[in-house]
Amino acid sequence: MHEVLSNEMLAPNLHRMVIRAPRVAAARKPGQFVIVRSENGAERIPLTIGDADSIEGTITLFVQAVGASTKKIAGTNSGGRLRDVAGPLGMPTHIENWGRVACVGGGVGTAVLYPMAKALAEAGNEVTTIIGGRSESLIILADELSVFSAETRITTEDGSLGRKGFVTAELESLLKDPMRAPQSVFAVGPVPMMKAIAELTRPYGITTIVSLNPIMIDGTGMCGGCRVLVGGETRFACVDGPEFDGHLVDFNNLSDRLTTYREHECRVVQQNKDDREAA
Amino acid sequence: MTGKRLTPKERMAIPRVQMPELDAGQRRVNFQEVNLGLSERQAIMEAMRCLQCQSKPCVEGCPVGIHIPLFIEAIAEADFLRAARVLQRDNALPAVCGRVCPQEVQCESSCVLGKKGEPVAIGHLERFAADWALLNDSKSVRLQAPPPSGKSVAIIGCGPAGITAAAELAVKGHAVTIFEALHDTGGVLRYGIPEFRLPKRIIDREVSRLAGLGVRIECNVVVGKTVTLRRLREEFDAVFIANGAGLPIMLGIPGENLKGVYSANEYLTRVNLMGAGQDADCATPIIRGHSVVVIGGGNTAMDCVRVARRLGAGRAMLVYRRSEAEMPARVEEVQHAKEEGIEMILLTAPVEVLGDESGWTRGLRCQKMMLGEPDASGRRRPVPVAGEIHDLDADVVINALGTRANPLLTATEPELKLNRWKNIEIDGDGATSLDGVFAGGDIVRGGATVILAMGDGKRAASAMHAYLTDASSSTGRPMASAVQ
Repeated sequence: MHEVLSNEMLAPNLHRMVIRAPRVAAARKPGQFVIVRSENGAERIPLTIGDADSIEGTITLFVQAVGASTKKIAGTNSGGRLRDVAGPLGMPTHIENWGRVACVGGGVGTAVLYPMAKALAEAGNEVTTIIGGRSESLIILADELSVFSAETRITTEDGSLGRKGFVTAELESLLKDPMRAPQSVFAVGPVPMMKAIAELTRPYGITTIVSLNPIMIDGTGMCGGCRVLVGGETRFACVDGPEFDGHLVDFNNLSDRLTTYREHECRVVQQNKDDREAA
Repeated sequence: MTGKRLTPKERMAIPRVQMPELDAGQRRVNFQEVNLGLSERQAIMEAMRCLQCQSKPCVEGCPVGIHIPLFIEAIAEADFLRAARVLQRDNALPAVCGRVCPQEVQCESSCVLGKKGEPVAIGHLERFAADWALLNDSKSVRLQAPPPSGKSVAIIGCGPAGITAAAELAVKGHAVTIFEALHDTGGVLRYGIPEFRLPKRIIDREVSRLAGLGVRIECNVVVGKTVTLRRLREEFDAVFIANGAGLPIMLGIPGENLKGVYSANEYLTRVNLMGAGQDADCATPIIRGHSVVVIGGGNTAMDCVRVARRLGAGRAMLVYRRSEAEMPARVEEVQHAKEEGIEMILLTAPVEVLGDESGWTRGLRCQKMMLGEPDASGRRRPVPVAGEIHDLDADVVINALGTRANPLLTATEPELKLNRWKNIEIDGDGATSLDGVFAGGDIVRGGATVILAMGDGKRAASAMHAYLTDASSSTGRPMASAVQ
């Protein structure tokens, strides 16, 4: 059992949770994730390790409460316990000093981006951070990212904060500026965003790393459910990833496979809602 | 009537017992165990068939060397406690083995009675005595932990090999900790074998016996990720690696990333480990196909197709590229599958998974095969019949082609010697190239059986005990302490 030490809501349905997991905290590197199961019967949910404190033996997780099982995790308050936390899993982010890098986050993807961006800054990169969301309330971690970013740019679809539009517009202006253009781009967010960024950087030949979030069960390579097509080859996101060369990822197949259980998930969420209303 | 008074002729005149089974019509809609177990009367009668021959070829045929005639003799005398004790001394998982071992190619295949008639139903009797022990679980049955040896052992993986090694080492007084990557115990016994062949309560009870021997089990520890093998070697006096088979072999045909295509591991893990489709309060989803095709001919393929049937598939089909005679699955499993209405589509190989415009599986394109010349394995090689291509309707396709070595642990320790398939190399005692590190089960063998993994666990445990008690081998090693 893993104690929840804090649980705060950063944005609607997005929680930042600090959890006691000493072994994971000691072993974890940026880019890795854990599999969390809140209780018996719950799904195994992969969650990126946002941060870790190996001395305190804690890890920070960002949980977007969208389905039944993620809602149960996010609904576990400070003092509560999560039954299973396994990890750290996946390959760590490949960190080197490229010089200038752009880190692009969309929605909850910004939480996954955070540990990568922090590690890149610590490695001596000049980090330009671009984060976006539908509206101001969905922009997260702007202050935290600003601590180590040379510049932080914000976009919202409704214009409630920063530039109106998408993160791609900001990245494009960066790419076109010879004095600011990054040597490498890291992008985490919804699949259409990552796809758009990969297409944007492709003509520039800039290394573009994306972090993928396919459906996963064991997280150790055993089931192959998280398979993605990268450069025409089947790769397992849990052991080969979750980060891949964005120019080689088949995003269409990824987004298609992500819809596999949409109908099921809607039904479960509706059922839980009905149960609550009936109670 | 007692066993001792019968003459061999009288013993041979007793017909072999038939395992009572759940009706096929009932069972294809539920996950209840198919084999119901023998009654006391049936078991005693069957045990009397054993000739108690001097040569005991059955013991030779058992990968864990159970003293088979001894426990059968005890059953014949209605002394079930004695039978249970014999089994527990020799086998950490008798109630499991009595259910899933391929006895027909092991102990029973060498039974003297089998030369003229049918062999003693050793597997059924093992299950009977083991189930009796679980039902009458008491101190009198349980093995007791001896005084501590002062040595500690880390076991990686709580599957059949790891559990067996743990039990063997614990009864020698060594402090054993099992590290399991998943959230629950049992390994392939739990995630791989469906409830109707091996109920989870059996695994729970057999594993709970380990706690009685002082074995610690820590779940959610992925060795190679959460802790390194190097760290375990520093903190324990010996290590046994039994982390299982690993990565599913993919089909390598177009369409395998369509929605509705599963590896057997994924399909079975969802259902068996997570409870998808079985437990009302289970959050893990599964696609219940109307028309399900499973590719493969082994026990795993049988498990998948029979699960699909129980999840409501009107058509549940098995596609296998050779003929039924070459199927690696147990005869009993094939028979049970047929009774449940599984269609066997033989001499057929998959060519392409067909999809609809939304990315969902809609069928499997197949190539008709025929058997040609024998290949390296001695089995006749399937070759395509030119022009014979046909499509099967399917909304779920499950690939049960097997697994290959998972590099998760082995890749983190370059000095650990692997073979060309990336499985761990061991000597005849289960020792790896690293001092004090032993290995067994599927990480050594590739995909094999529960009982062979258990045999590995038993053999390695014996070598580990020798290693731990050999004073010269433990010098310079730090005092053992559990990983914190």
